[in-house]
Amino acid sequence: MAAETKHKSTVKEPLFHIAKRDSIAWQKAWLIRIAAILLALVFSGLVSYLLTKENPLSIYATMFDGAFGTERRVWNLMQSLAMLLCVSVAVTPAFKMRFWNIGAEGQVLAGGLATAACMILCGNKLPSPVLLLVMLIASVAAGALWAFIPAFFRAHWQTNETLFTLMMNYIAIQLVSFFVYKWSVPKGSGQVGIINRATRAGWLPVLGNYEYLLNILIVLIVTFTMFVYLKYSKHGYEITVVGESENTARYIGIPVKKVIIRTMLISGAVCGIAGFLLVSGTDHTISRDTAGGRGFTAIMVSWLAKFNPMLMVLTSFLLVFLDKGASQVSTRLGLNKSFSDIITGIIIFFIIGCEFFIQYKVQFREKEAKTS
Amino acid sequence: MKHTVSRITALALTGAVGMGMTACGGGNGGSGNVTKDNIKIGLICLHDDNSTYDANFIKAMDEAKKNLGLKDNQIIIKTNVPENSECKEAAVDLADQGCNIIFADSFGHESYILEAAEQFPDVQFCHATGTLAHTEKKENFQDAFASIYEGRYLAGIAAGLKLNEMIDDGKITPDQAVMGYVGAFTYAEVISGYTSFYLGAKSVCPSVTMQVQFTGSWYDETAEKEAATTLINKGCVLISQHADSMGAPTACENAGVPNVSYNGSTKDACPNTFIVSSRINWAPYYEFAINSVLDGKDIPYDWTGSLSTGSVLLTDVNEQAAAPGTQEAINAAMEDLKSGKVHVFDTACFTMGGDQLSTYIADVDTDAEYKGDTEAIKDGFFHESEYRSAPYFDLRIDGITLLNDMY
Repeated sequence: MAAETKHKSTVKEPLFHIAKRDSIAWQKAWLIRIAAILLALVFSGLVSYLLTKENPLSIYATMFDGAFGTERRVWNLMQSLAMLLCVSVAVTPAFKMRFWNIGAEGQVLAGGLATAACMILCGNKLPSPVLLLVMLIASVAAGALWAFIPAFFRAHWQTNETLFTLMMNYIAIQLVSFFVYKWSVPKGSGQVGIINRATRAGWLPVLGNYEYLLNILIVLIVTFTMFVYLKYSKHGYEITVVGESENTARYIGIPVKKVIIRTMLISGAVCGIAGFLLVSGTDHTISRDTAGGRGFTAIMVSWLAKFNPMLMVLTSFLLVFLDKGASQVSTRLGLNKSFSDIITGIIIFFIIGCEFFIQYKVQFREKEAKTS
Repeated sequence: MKHTVSRITALALTGAVGMGMTACGGGNGGSGNVTKDNIKIGLICLHDDNSTYDANFIKAMDEAKKNLGLKDNQIIIKTNVPENSECKEAAVDLADQGCNIIFADSFGHESYILEAAEQFPDVQFCHATGTLAHTEKKENFQDAFASIYEGRYLAGIAAGLKLNEMIDDGKITPDQAVMGYVGAFTYAEVISGYTSFYLGAKSVCPSVTMQVQFTGSWYDETAEKEAATTLINKGCVLISQHADSMGAPTACENAGVPNVSYNGSTKDACPNTFIVSSRINWAPYYEFAINSVLDGKDIPYDWTGSLSTGSVLLTDVNEQAAAPGTQEAINAAMEDLKSGKVHVFDTACFTMGGDQLSTYIADVDTDAEYKGDTEAIKDGFFHESEYRSAPYFDLRIDGITLLNDMY
């Protein structure tokens, strides 16, 4: 009885509480990230072991083999990385401006469709350099147009850009479906097949023996340019300010409407380049799967890299590595896609989850000091 | 921060280069003595076993493996390979891993498989459902298909008998014997399929008509389900489909409408409505092609499996849904088809615009102009899958209404 009354007066402190961090040393942030990746590997190894009874180490080895196993796989990995990186870099300026452009998929498709149209319609009529230039201009214009429409509506009438850009994706997909049907070989098959297979007209040239080298170089240039643009140019500064607060931007005399439209034009144009590289430099065909979901994955890549184009090389590498690795695991163990999705899901969960611990800190209840 | 990044990148790159070097020379694709013990086989699938279409290829590979006495590690199956440059990458990667013969299962893989075939002249590439091999004339690139129109015709007989049963029971009038068909694209393979199915039904139920709804995709569960529901709402009393998901069979089971399936039995999921299913068994082709590689023989540009090769199969009839006597009728018709007494596309059995056909120039050789190039009607019937393995019957015959074109 006596003890109970004694405790009644003290409020019970929870076991732990969460507080926002003011700042965190970069070493500590990276330590948390690396710890998260290691934990993710342990956990996914455990899950794989429970599901397949395979040695987790051999699963990691298989993943590594799938990504780096042969020289060709390394090139392939870099190519996939470049394509994802290009789209990620494209969505970044809009995201930095807090303009939720989830229409990259459609913008890439619009660019790809324009490229394919040039290859099919003027394939053998223009000399190669002119054709490539026309294709590039057309794809950049198409991607930019696809981004301009929602940006214009948002700037002038405050429409919801998330819904608008999302809907634009479906329009692009249907447009591509329509033209794929129209151009299909043989008729009605719903497949364009490889365009200009005999003449290779409109195919991005191959540097040396490296099929994808030019793609990779172009994406590196785009990435670096975007990094400089966002970090050191006046435009980049304006984007940041508009992203922080439109009112502040207006107050200090930044033309908000203009910045929104201009930034989205850039975003769409780079998506257009991605479409160009995918059609002219990679697949040599167009289909509704040309963008392959990169428009959405790119959002994650960009976000994880904190909108820093240079860091995106790393984050897109991570996602591409997981994709290649997990699909190799599926192939070797004869499992279907669900398995690789589970593994990828676990790892991404940990990586995104760890950002929470970088933003916030968990404080445990301090050991109660002995009374009196 | 920058240091860490560059360090990690450097680490990743060193790892990459190291692995790349060690793994070189692992491939022995196309090396001289290929025996049953060292042959390696690759299979590229568009989806995985969640798709009835791809499951059919994967199962057949399993069967071929058992029949030929091969080991698990001699077969590498890559699933979820899209119809773009990733298909070529998958194919050359299989060749790098030492595969001597590589199969691919989807129509859209063809031109990428062809590119891989150019890179690896010593590896055989066999593509199912394609159209280019007989004009490309490459020693290591072949197409294959099966006379599935015969299987569909037999399945159509089961459908026709079911309609007759409904008419006899007074559930519908002869005029109401309308079948619905969910198709992927308005493409020869699909047209050939639904027309043979319709002709099979018509051979036993003369008043039958059919409506076709296209989805514009080979695999879209939602669209296929919706298309089947649309057809049922329009008064179709029996449904069949040429698309690869469980969409249409499920819609039929929910609505209690009989369904003639494709690619394999859907009886487990649809016990009350599944009648019968036709499917291609790819195992005979796999075995033929693999044996050809082992014996050092050429594989023909086009190989068409048939009822006789065991490539065209019908599942067991589901007695619960089918009309009595269905199995017997199918067996009898199968003998007639095998002996050549009956031809599916007999010109006496169908009309176009009310007229019987005596000539038709079919588009057998693939070209962008879609021009016909080969006379396909001879001796009173349309010669399907003879001039190339993939179907080229694309006539729109009387009695079949297309509700939408293409999709």
